[in-house]
Order: sequence, then C-alpha cells, then structure tokens
Amino acid sequence: MSLTIDELKAKALQIRRDAIGMIAAAGSGHPGGSLSEADLLAALWFRVMKHDPKNPQWAGRDRFILSKGHGCPSLYSAMAHAGYFDPAILPTLRKLGSPLQGHPDRRFIPALEASTGSLGNGLSIGIGIAHALKLDRSDARVWVMLGDGECQEGQVWEASMYAGAHRMENLTAIVDYNKKQLDDMVKHILPLDPLGGKFAAMNWHVLEIDGHNMAMVVEALEESRKVKGRPVAVIAHTITGKGVSFMENDPKWHGVAPTKEEATRALAELGV
Amino acid sequence: MVREFTLGPATREAYGATLVELGKTNPNVVVVDADLSKSTYTAKFGKEFPDRFFNVGIAEANMVGIAGGLAHSGKIPFCSSFACFLVNKGYDQLRIAVAYPRENVKVVSSHGGISIGEDGPSQQSIEDVALMCTLPGFVVCVPADEAQAKDLVRRAAAHQGPVYLRTGRPKVAKVYDGGEFPFGKMRQLEEGTDLTIVANGLMVAEALKAHDALKEEGITARVLDGYCVKPLDAEAVTRASLETGAFVVAEEHSRFGGLGSVVAQCLAQHAPAPIEQVCVEDTYAESGSPQQLLEKYGLTWTHIVTAAKRVVQRKGGPTRREPPAGAADKATESEPHPFEV
Repeated sequence: MSLTIDELKAKALQIRRDAIGMIAAAGSGHPGGSLSEADLLAALWFRVMKHDPKNPQWAGRDRFILSKGHGCPSLYSAMAHAGYFDPAILPTLRKLGSPLQGHPDRRFIPALEASTGSLGNGLSIGIGIAHALKLDRSDARVWVMLGDGECQEGQVWEASMYAGAHRMENLTAIVDYNKKQLDDMVKHILPLDPLGGKFAAMNWHVLEIDGHNMAMVVEALEESRKVKGRPVAVIAHTITGKGVSFMENDPKWHGVAPTKEEATRALAELGV
Repeated sequence: MVREFTLGPATREAYGATLVELGKTNPNVVVVDADLSKSTYTAKFGKEFPDRFFNVGIAEANMVGIAGGLAHSGKIPFCSSFACFLVNKGYDQLRIAVAYPRENVKVVSSHGGISIGEDGPSQQSIEDVALMCTLPGFVVCVPADEAQAKDLVRRAAAHQGPVYLRTGRPKVAKVYDGGEFPFGKMRQLEEGTDLTIVANGLMVAEALKAHDALKEEGITARVLDGYCVKPLDAEAVTRASLETGAFVVAEEHSRFGGLGSVVAQCLAQHAPAPIEQVCVEDTYAESGSPQQLLEKYGLTWTHIVTAAKRVVQRKGGPTRREPPAGAADKATESEPHPFEV
C-alpha cells in the first residue's frame, strides 16, 4: 500500500473516528494516546511498512510493536482497514470473547508481533526480533512505538543503550511525545527533556518531527530506512486527544472513556 | 552407614557443555546472558558461536525481552544469569515477553539456592521456583546432577514452549550415570513403605543418604526425585501417599511455593497424608561455606532423618502438629516463624 499524503490524512481521520467509537462502546480505554498516535499509525500501515495482510506471517514483512499497548484501539482500526480483519468487529473492543483485547494480545491476533500493556517491554522485544532478522539475513525493519510516559521505565534505557551500542540499523523507535501521562503532564511527573538528546547520547540517529504533519511523518519514517549503522529514534511531537477539541492537551483523557454524549460531540468534530 | 557419592561437576557446568553440543547441531539455538557468562558457563557457547551469542551487559530486564523477541522470530534462545537476578529482575519481562505470548524461551539460571555460599543472601535465590511456577505455561525443573542437567537441557531445547531450569554453583554428588528425565515425571530411586522422601537438586543425594540411615533404624523410605516441579507428577505422589502414607519434601528453596508446596497441594487434593518440609524457612541466610550454610539452615540428610521420624509418628495420628522445638531459632528474631503467621 502506498497512499498519497491526502489519502493518509483520510485514513488517520478514520482511525480517530473508530477509536472514539470503540472506546465509547467499550465504556473504558485510553482516548488521549489513541488520538495522538493516529497519524503515525496511518503513515506506517498505509505507506511506510512492508507488509501483506493476505499473508500476515510473510517472512519478509516489517515488524511493528505497539509498546504503548494502551493505544491499541487505533492500531486495531489501522490493521482492520489494512485488511487483517473485518472492521465490523471493531465495536467488540474489550468485550468477552473478542480478539480485540484491552491491550494487544498475540494469542488472539497472531499478526500482532508482541503482547504488550506492561510499559517498557516493547523495545527489548524489538531488539530480539531485529537480531533474529539479521541472523536470517532479512532486510525487514522493526518499528517500535513508545509512549512518552513509558520512557520513564528503566528498561527503555537498557534497551536504548544496547541498540545504540550494537548499531542496530534495522530498528526504528517512534516516541508518541504527547506530553501527557495518566496523573498529569509528563513535565510535572518526571520530565523527559531533552528526549532526543538522550537517544542521541546512546548513539541513535534522532529525527524530531511534528507528529501530526503527515508529509513530515512520512518523510521521517522513510528516511529512517536509509540510515546506516545506527538505530533511528523518531521523536514525534504530538497532542494528546488530537482532533477532539475538548480532549486536546487534557491529561484527564489519558484513560477515561467518553460518555455517549461526549462521544457524539467528539465524532461530530471528526466529521461524523 | 550412609552411602558415599563421587563429586561430579556443578549442574551449571553441565548446562554450559550441553549448550555447545546443541549449538553444533541446531543453528537456531542462540544464547543471551547478562555479564555473568563465565559463571553461568554460557561463555563456552559464546566462544564457539559468537554470532549467536548476545551478552547484553548488566540489564536483565532487557535480556529477557530480547530473548522473547528472538523466540518470536523462530530462534531457540537460552537466557541465563544468576537465579536471583534473572527471575527477580526479569520477572515482568518473563511474564509479558515470554509466558503470556508463550514464546519458546529457555530460561536457565545458575546459582540457585543458598549453596552459592560466601557471596551471601543478595546472590542466593530461595524464591525462584515459586515465582516461575506461577507463570502460566512454564515447565519448571531443578536438576540434581550433571547427567540429569544434561538431559533436561537437551529436553528443554526440544520442547516447544517456555522452560525454566535452575542450576547450581557447587560441584555436586553424582546421582546418575545417565538416563531419561521426561517433564511431568518423577524418578523413583528407592522403594519403601513407611514414608516417601521427595527431593530435588542437591537434596536428592541427601535424601538417599537419609534413606540409608533410616533403613538401619528399621524405617523404609521410598525416595522420589522430584526434578520436575511443574507439571508435577501427581500420579507418583498420589500412589506414594496411598502406599506409604507420609512425606518429607526436601529442597533448597523457601518453604513457600516450591516443591514442598506443590506436593502438599497435590496431596491435599488427591490423597491427604502428613507432610514435613526440609527447606529454607521464612528467612534469608548469610555468608559462609556452602556446607556450613546447608547445615545451619537445615538442608542435610540428618535433617531429613529427623523430619522422617517425626512424620512417621504422625501417621494415623492428628495431622496438625506444634512447631518443632528449636525451629524458631532458625529464623532471625525479628521475623515471625512460619507456624506463627
């Protein structure tokens, strides 16, 4: 799939609508981070990543890990519209028996490359996969999306130090830097800045972008493929709750589902 | 007279040697270690197969996550460090990156138990078996000697799914010349009718010595090697209960959550019988030579003999008993004795 920038924007809008609808129907979930990452996911799944929905276990596929597992509604939407499963099941999110578990679960959807939800785990798993791909002489790439609050976990920096030292050029970490975590603003809980500087100090190639500027997102992700001898960190500056005015920049919406009335207002803002 | 054993290599040495053997025959076998490869004996593999060996540095959480990723991509990663660091520091990763997605990772620890000796309690692992048994899908084994460790390492590689093997630091008695040790089974080493001693790790040799001492006093003990803690051989335990009616379980592990716990659970469900545990009580140990520690913390054949006599007396009598005299001395004063909590 290789959509134009305008087509990707439309996909991102669709992802946002789905995420709000799914979380509202479930009555629980994480709207803030699901909306902030939507443009990044649209660019990855509909343009940048090499993958084949008809052959999910294709050996040559790029691997994507959503380390910030709580953002899975948007991931499920992207994968459904890419053809991995029927979008009709999206409203079953978090319901008993649904493959769309509250956090990504490989037992139910093998096309998910990792089961996540305990923050900090994804980058290490991605490194293991990247090592295995090199051993198998594959040119596939590993993409790991991290939350910014997640970067407070020590394991992220164990993994970051390791990937930089081992010059893992087939690995891109994307930080959805929306500046909010569950309790408050990231800067009020445990500031991360300079976030790019931390990765750079560990021998990563760092790209800082506006995570809602689709052309910039696509350019950075495609550039990361070309970097030799170093892993790539894409620090994507985003807005929590992006696209829904009353959710934007409010940490309250990190982990609270909208009511039916709030969801209707949110969807109206998203053009539904 | 109790039998004497020839001292053989440590189970960690058996692990290292078998890894090299596996590396030669299976190109998918890879190893991750966290800066303890000389102690876990994975260094030999690293020297032979440098491209399949990843020393991650002192970062156990990252190590276990990497192992999960390698397994996800079709490799058979063996992941090693000291038991206390590998299991305790890597526990969230063992849960999220290995057990939950059921990745084919072989977690092989060294320096299990208190017999590591002089380094002291921060390096002594008395909790690992309990922690690993609670992770769904894991096979959990504690080998007694070189031959058993080699078989279990080969078996772990051939098994599809996560496996935990706990190896030890000291050279240990040679119990076996070889043999097959399937998961989910126990090995009967002696027949007896008065009680059953179930043991694993270095307590297997002690159990056999206790068997000999008890025999001289007219007590016949069945001895089962409980090398596989999970899945437990419930059939062997139940049969032993019906045929001998009393148990001593001996292990180099905390009283809580190890072999003693799972055997007691099995008995309570299938064939209740009095049981005594020879184990590390609810306390951390200290520095000392391995032998000094095993004696001080109650892990020798003489402790098994004492426990055996006690449990035989309880057969047919009340199954509830008072705390053993002097048992509280084993725990430090600030910590409650397990019978008081």
